[in-house]
Amino acid sequence: MIMPPPGTRDMYPVIELNGVTRVYGSGAAAVSALQGIDLRIDHGDFIAVMGPSGSGKSTCMNILGCLDTPSSGTYRFKGVEVGNLSRDQRALLRRHYLGFVFQGFNLLNRTSALENVELPLIYRGMPATERREMAHKALAAVGLSGWENHTPAELSGGQQQRVAIARAIVASPEVLFADEPTGNLDSARSREIMELMTIFNRDSCITIVMVTHDAVMAAYAKRIVRFMDGTIDKEKQNGGVKE
Amino acid sequence: MFLETILIAMREIRRNVMRSSLTILGIVIGVAAVITMVTVGDGATKQVASEISSLGSNLLDVRPGQSFHGPGGTRSGAPMFKIADAEAIERDVSGLAGVAPITGRSVQAIYGNENWATNITGSNNNFLMVRNWVLSDGRQFTDGELRAGAAVCIIGNTISKQLFGEQDPVGRTIRLEKISCQVVGVLKSKGQSGFGTDQDDFVLMPLRTVQRRIVGNNDINSISVSAKDGVSTEKVKEDIERLLRERRHLGKKEEDDFNVRDMQEIVKTLTGTTRLLTALLGAVAAVSLLVGGIGIMNIMLVSVTERTREIGIRLALGAMEKQVLMQFLIEAVVLSCFGGIIGIILGIAASAAGAGALKVPFLLNIGIIAVSFVFSAGVGVVFGYFPARKAAHLDPIEALHHE
Repeated sequence: MIMPPPGTRDMYPVIELNGVTRVYGSGAAAVSALQGIDLRIDHGDFIAVMGPSGSGKSTCMNILGCLDTPSSGTYRFKGVEVGNLSRDQRALLRRHYLGFVFQGFNLLNRTSALENVELPLIYRGMPATERREMAHKALAAVGLSGWENHTPAELSGGQQQRVAIARAIVASPEVLFADEPTGNLDSARSREIMELMTIFNRDSCITIVMVTHDAVMAAYAKRIVRFMDGTIDKEKQNGGVKE
Repeated sequence: MFLETILIAMREIRRNVMRSSLTILGIVIGVAAVITMVTVGDGATKQVASEISSLGSNLLDVRPGQSFHGPGGTRSGAPMFKIADAEAIERDVSGLAGVAPITGRSVQAIYGNENWATNITGSNNNFLMVRNWVLSDGRQFTDGELRAGAAVCIIGNTISKQLFGEQDPVGRTIRLEKISCQVVGVLKSKGQSGFGTDQDDFVLMPLRTVQRRIVGNNDINSISVSAKDGVSTEKVKEDIERLLRERRHLGKKEEDDFNVRDMQEIVKTLTGTTRLLTALLGAVAAVSLLVGGIGIMNIMLVSVTERTREIGIRLALGAMEKQVLMQFLIEAVVLSCFGGIIGIILGIAASAAGAGALKVPFLLNIGIIAVSFVFSAGVGVVFGYFPARKAAHLDPIEALHHE
């Protein structure tokens, strides 16, 4: 496993994309989803990725989340070239450094909130008692104490997304990727989720990369990156893009 | 981590009790069928062997005529034995427990108003020993009765029931053909033979009485010989054959005009046949086990498709291919082992019931239970591997967006 050497937190940016492209298919049918992306994200940043459908932001998120690799260009995660890692090595990287929150919550059905939150810790090989304790803490941190034994079907959308956030932050990841985390929620629930994310960004120093369509949600971020036709159109510090 | 994977698999199985039980049904039936077939078959083999050995342990049957005529076949041309042949065997062949010259024919037995068609057997007291008969009442023949050809008889259990019902037959007189005959003993029942004939349906009389007063000649139909325990029946058979060839003046080129049948050989042949049948039935049952395995693969494949999103989540959260593969493989193996265990329990119950219904002994074969359990686990591994590999190779991005 090629892991970033310890103590290199400040030597490299957490994420560094250089001329990243992603082409689907081949030959005449080839579609270019990303056309040379340069992006640098430092530790503790909170980025909102915006842009219309098909602008390449989801593709970019997949690459950033180490679920996919660039067709060309380089992606360095804490100085490590992700494009050179095998499938399993990327799985290990996700396991130890990344957290994910999805639009559709993606919790395991018929599985209690607690067990859902424990899942990343199981893959880290943590002993059961310690795991349980951490899962309880994470659920408490998202305000779901007392809901540990409820299954997703018994929880509201907002509660489900909070379980998903608890699952994403339970292992204290370096970066939290959120793909339209408020897409399925009403505005009040959305604000609660965004406030939670802001708290984790501020207090636990978790770097957050969030895709959103909603400018109100994007306003919670420190920086906004706007995609257009597979390239980065605008990059602004918070407050500058409100239209 | 391995333990965790087992726990994850167990949790998934518990969550889908209905699907899981349907999945293992094939394995359950397969294992139960294999165990039932083999156990009942073993019982039948044992039954055949014990029925034949109830005819007499270490028994050899010497009859005139060639062996390919089969039992009861024509013996024309071959001279019958005489009492001297039996005496010669007793005198010249070593390692014998007893020799019983036998003659007989079918007769009508009458007592009062009761009438019963049966067989009469003329022999001596050795007959009881070599054929494993035990007296339930009365006594054997005395030497005087044997020498004089007295009108006394020992009757089989069937005769006793047919002619006397509840009465005690010992001391009473029955009529056989033209002679009146006093019953001195009753034999303990042996029941039906392995060939379906009633072994208890005969009357035993002194050889001389039958020769003189029933059949009217000095011939002997067959000679039953019993070897002592620990003496090779093959050796005894060879000795008898050599002796009889000499006595019947057969030249080197001439074939035997008599045959010596070794009961142990017959036991071997018959048990060999039932064993083969057992193996065949077991093999057919094993095919159903294989079909059960395909059932598991089918359900596991459906399960992988149904749980694509779950697999995507697990992969995104950092599960390695190996771990997803193990999860599904262990699920399949745990399911099939479960099926195996239930099948073993069912199989034992079914074979106990089957053995009871067929009246064969219930012999539990630990070997076949172990084999069918290992086989069902193996089925889980083999048929679980393909779906598990499919799950492990899913693309996490596509899996996450699967509806």
